[in-house]
Amino acid sequence: MITVGIDIGSITAKCVVLEDTRILGYKISRVKPNLEVTAKEILAETLSFVGLKREDVGRIVATGYGRNMVDFADKKITEISCHAAGACFLISNAGTVIDIGGQDSKVIAVENGKVLDFVMNDKCAAGTGRFIEVMAAALNLRIEDVGSLAVKATKKLKISSTCTVFAETEVVSYISSGEKVENIVAGVCDAIAGRIIAMANRVGIRREVVLTGGVAKNLGVKRAIEERLGFPVIVPEEPQIAGALGAAVLGQKA
Amino acid sequence: MKRLRISEKMRELMTGYYMAGMQAECNAWITSGAPVELLHALDVYPVYPENHGALIGATKLGGYYCEFAEKNGFSRDLCSYARCDIGCVFAGTSPIGGLPKPTFLFACNNICNTVVKWYEVLSRIFKVPLFVLDMPFIRKELKDCHLRYVEEQLYDFISFAERVTDRKLDDAKLRDVVLKSMESVELYSECLRTAANKPSPMTCFDAFVNMAPIVCLRGTDHAVSFYKEMKQELDERVKEGVSAIEREEIRLLWDNIPVWYRLKWFGEFFEKRNACLVADTYTNAWSGFKVSRGEDVLSGMAEVYTVSYLNIGMEMTAEIINKLIDLYDVDGVVMHSNRSCKPYSFGQYEIQKKLSVPSVIIEADMVDERVFSEAQVVTRLEAFLEML
Ligand SMILES: Nc1ncnc2c1ncn2[C@@H]1O[C@H](COP(=O)(O)OP(=O)(O)O)[C@@H](O)[C@H]1O
Ligand code: SF4
Repeated sequence: MITVGIDIGSITAKCVVLEDTRILGYKISRVKPNLEVTAKEILAETLSFVGLKREDVGRIVATGYGRNMVDFADKKITEISCHAAGACFLISNAGTVIDIGGQDSKVIAVENGKVLDFVMNDKCAAGTGRFIEVMAAALNLRIEDVGSLAVKATKKLKISSTCTVFAETEVVSYISSGEKVENIVAGVCDAIAGRIIAMANRVGIRREVVLTGGVAKNLGVKRAIEERLGFPVIVPEEPQIAGALGAAVLGQKA
Repeated sequence: MKRLRISEKMRELMTGYYMAGMQAECNAWITSGAPVELLHALDVYPVYPENHGALIGATKLGGYYCEFAEKNGFSRDLCSYARCDIGCVFAGTSPIGGLPKPTFLFACNNICNTVVKWYEVLSRIFKVPLFVLDMPFIRKELKDCHLRYVEEQLYDFISFAERVTDRKLDDAKLRDVVLKSMESVELYSECLRTAANKPSPMTCFDAFVNMAPIVCLRGTDHAVSFYKEMKQELDERVKEGVSAIEREEIRLLWDNIPVWYRLKWFGEFFEKRNACLVADTYTNAWSGFKVSRGEDVLSGMAEVYTVSYLNIGMEMTAEIINKLIDLYDVDGVVMHSNRSCKPYSFGQYEIQKKLSVPSVIIEADMVDERVFSEAQVVTRLEAFLEML
């Protein structure tokens, strides 16, 4: 059966088309203010990309914080269950899934694709992709370049504020005191890692640890998490689609 | 959700209670965990600012009244019962036209230390005397010295109240009040315990809505007859196998004070997903205020009020929750991390680890609807139910 998973996140929309256990194709787009339109457009785009029509699709499952705006979905499942399913589909021996998205992050304890326990971040941008975006803007960097710069750092400057606004002030003061950009971004990435690990400790960390969500593409954050854990983590080829993929996977079963 | 008939009666009873307060010759503002029996025995009408706060929360005006206090410099981090109560004093009114001016104030810190400062503020505003009943925190075990310390203060309180009201406490009357208090607590506990049936005849929302009499009127005939009737209705439901919600598939326990402005919303949310919150730690806390039939009334009182639910260590709290989990045979626990109530919310992440079933934490506030983030709460709860 062909199933479609649509993940309407806070920053990006993701759509995956799955035939049984084979990924036919996927798309990622920026969300528009109108979530319904966003969902319709990405579905149409992805289907035309893989050369399928709406009638070919057996089931559509929506997830992400905008899932309830996707009226045409057959089912809605939370991003927690979906990220777990998606990560385990890609990495079958996953024990912990760490998803860092645009405005929330979560740590999920899993076993054979099933959720055992989970925690989500508090009500703020600290420890999320938005935090990095704000710092990147202050440093005049593209988000894609943050990670590769961070790994060139010779030291990690400490960002002590949890609050995004105050942390930005810290970054600005580092810039004006002449600190190297790579050392500042390394500090930013480490601040995120610190928050995530504190959260992960609440559910307990079991290997393998799989990193998903857009921020998993940030090499600096990945390295910082590994340093704090003391062992390597796994980043799937396209970590950002894990939620949408999981939705499509769960669609096969439901 | 099938509403209980008794809720109608509750509304009448509490309306009568508030009206009587307006006319009472002598009243005291009292905290929820204080030994109210002493007031009833002196015919001092008890006024509960916390109950008033819950009522304001339920009318969704919490934020509005809190702002009156905030404008006068009270921090938004302060407990929202305190904030909206003080706010109403500044506003000079409330959804029920404000509370009657107190004759004196009676605060007991067996629930938190916020009440001490809160009542000091009230004492300055109203220029009336305040009695603080200081309870030692029971980290592990209750000792004799704790009890002696509290009992002595109970005597002090009686002299204080006698002086302020110019009345004399009658021993026989106190005994009578305590007996009624015991009886109502027993009946009330039996009502809650009917939720152990499958399907449960009641939800914790029924418990929340119908808890006011045990808080405000325990020690009076009103509470006894109210819970007798409630028990009858629940027993009937059990006999006929009537379920409180349409389809009970998952049974849950609620921890912490309810989110008063979202009671209906939560009720519908869970019912739609075939989950029944059969019980909660909050209303169950009052089943602990059961003075035993010992010879000495005051020492019995000292004991039950000292080991109140919020005045004990984390180990003991976890033990109590695990007992409730067994008693009500629930599949999971929904923990409300309540921005307002620090003593209740502190340690939830640790307690979580000690529980025998899975649990989820949601963040909200009992009265201040301005801090409620629906999308975040929905995602956590839905994911939790998917997991179960
Ligand atoms: N190429 C990239 N390199 C580094 N970080 C990226 C990249 N693309 C996206 N991100 C990060 O991912 C975040 C968005 O993650 P995503 O999982 O799509 O969030 P959501 O699902 O909440 O929309 C952005 O805030 C950004 O920090
Ligand atoms: S802090 Fe908690 S225990 Fe204290 S008055 Fe507020 S709600 Fe009640």
